[in-house]
Amino acid sequence: MTTTTPATRRARRWRAVLWGVLGLVALAAVWELYKLVGPADGWLIGAREGVTGSGIRLLPRTSDQAMPHTWEMLGRAAEPVTRAPGALPLGVVVLLAALVSLGIAALGWLVGVVVGFALALLMLGFRIAERAVLPFVILSQTVPLIALAPLIRNWGSRLEFGAFSWESWMSVVIIASYLAFFPVAVGALRGLQSPEAADLDLMRSYAAGWWTTLFRLRLPASVPFLIPALRLAAANAVVGTVVAEISVGFSGGIGRLILETAVAASSDPAKPWSPILGAVLLGLVAAGFVALLAAFLSPFRRQETVA
Amino acid sequence: MSSQAPTAAPDPTPAADATEAVVARGVERIFHGAKGATVTALTGIELTVHDGEFVSLIGPSGCGKSTLLRLIADLDEPTAGDIRVFGRTARQARIDQAYGIAFQQAGLLPWRSVAANIELPLQLHGVGASARRARVAELVDLVGLADFAKHYPDQLSGGMQQRVAIARSLAESPRLLLMDEPFGALDEMTRERMQTELLRIRAETGAAVVFVTHSIPEAVYLSDRVVVMSPRPGRITDEIDVRLGEAAERGEDLREDTAFFEGVTAVREALHGPQASTAGAARGVDVR
Repeated sequence: MTTTTPATRRARRWRAVLWGVLGLVALAAVWELYKLVGPADGWLIGAREGVTGSGIRLLPRTSDQAMPHTWEMLGRAAEPVTRAPGALPLGVVVLLAALVSLGIAALGWLVGVVVGFALALLMLGFRIAERAVLPFVILSQTVPLIALAPLIRNWGSRLEFGAFSWESWMSVVIIASYLAFFPVAVGALRGLQSPEAADLDLMRSYAAGWWTTLFRLRLPASVPFLIPALRLAAANAVVGTVVAEISVGFSGGIGRLILETAVAASSDPAKPWSPILGAVLLGLVAAGFVALLAAFLSPFRRQETVA
Repeated sequence: MSSQAPTAAPDPTPAADATEAVVARGVERIFHGAKGATVTALTGIELTVHDGEFVSLIGPSGCGKSTLLRLIADLDEPTAGDIRVFGRTARQARIDQAYGIAFQQAGLLPWRSVAANIELPLQLHGVGASARRARVAELVDLVGLADFAKHYPDQLSGGMQQRVAIARSLAESPRLLLMDEPFGALDEMTRERMQTELLRIRAETGAAVVFVTHSIPEAVYLSDRVVVMSPRPGRITDEIDVRLGEAAERGEDLREDTAFFEGVTAVREALHGPQASTAGAARGVDVR
């Protein structure tokens, strides 16, 4: 029996925040330390004289071009994107783009969760479906995303009924959901199958049908398996969104922004780091969202400790 | 086809059967393993459990005692023979919730509180919230867990968990309780206390009990009748009346009573054959 007062719980939460900030500071410190002591041109082995690109780079360059100071990155985020009059600060542009990507990733996550769960239910209900579908579910994840993106855009563009026409952001949603559904399908199936034979016997003794058993026993029992699956799906949806934005050619999201600012890297080295940090932020928000969801489902995560 | 129905299910005394808690006739259960191998888990089982009677099934591992219990509960089906529970088929009895059941593992749902676990069967069968609350209050009192109704299973000891499982099995006031080694995972002291409590609960509810165990003292202490079973193939080899007095009057001191030791000896002899226990039976006190 745990005795946690609200005060100690609050203190624990603040300590967690403190450690998180400390981790960020430590990361910045390592960056700056390496920049200080590392060789400006990095360290290559087996490089041949006069041949660019030869040899294996074991240590990265520390020049301002390759590794801008952390404060330069932050400073650049506050400055306008371009020299055009009325341009928004880079940080704001990044945040807006991240918000667009977050919306797409969330939609992709949702579609992926629904599809993954539906597949898990199908595999639970029909033993044959498990044998027939599961190998394809696993196989689906071996198809490279780059190969898939043009296909989905192509198929989507042929869809047209009434006022509906396929937009490129929909392709991004589909690709994000394609990556997100996999952990959910596998995790949910394991979770739904987790009740022991004795639990199922008990439900049978109550003359409970398949659906009643699903809602009263299998679904609640699947939660401890589902939470990590949802977290993985969120991470996959974010990665899928960023990569798909680039390969589908959707502009307005963080993925496209990473590509655009990378072009400017030679003249403005601090600039590409802003959207990269924006993508990291996006991942953190997605993970935070799932953590919030997990908090709501925490009553179902109790484990039976004493047999 | 319909004219053949009465002969298909031979039932010579349906009226008498309806008053018996369990009637098993010629029950057989054969498991089919891989490559055509068959295991006869039970054969030729004839068993009657009267209303309100406490019957223990005892025997070594593999004698089919748990299988027999599962057949009565309709968690498994016999390959031959007929099982009636209060005159109904086992299947109908399960659907009508004619019995309550408890297993060796308490099998509580970890995300439900003690009260919510106990009310699970009531909830599944559409009993209203206020009626459920009232019944749960009675049951937690009955098993002595009134102060723990809001606790969760992981906050309880093994004995307390098992008490919750028993309360849950009693939720719908069944006239028959099926118990598969419910105290098997408990330590000896908790076990003896739980046995005494079970006798009290049973006296209060008046339900018939079919109790699977492999402990001789447990069977003798609790039962009106001990059914001795033997493996390969699983069958009933003996039935011993031990009734050591009315359930409500049996107390802890009964465990040191001569009648108790005589019962233990009788069951031991039935289990192992008389030659195996002559040394101990001479004094009648060897229960180990």
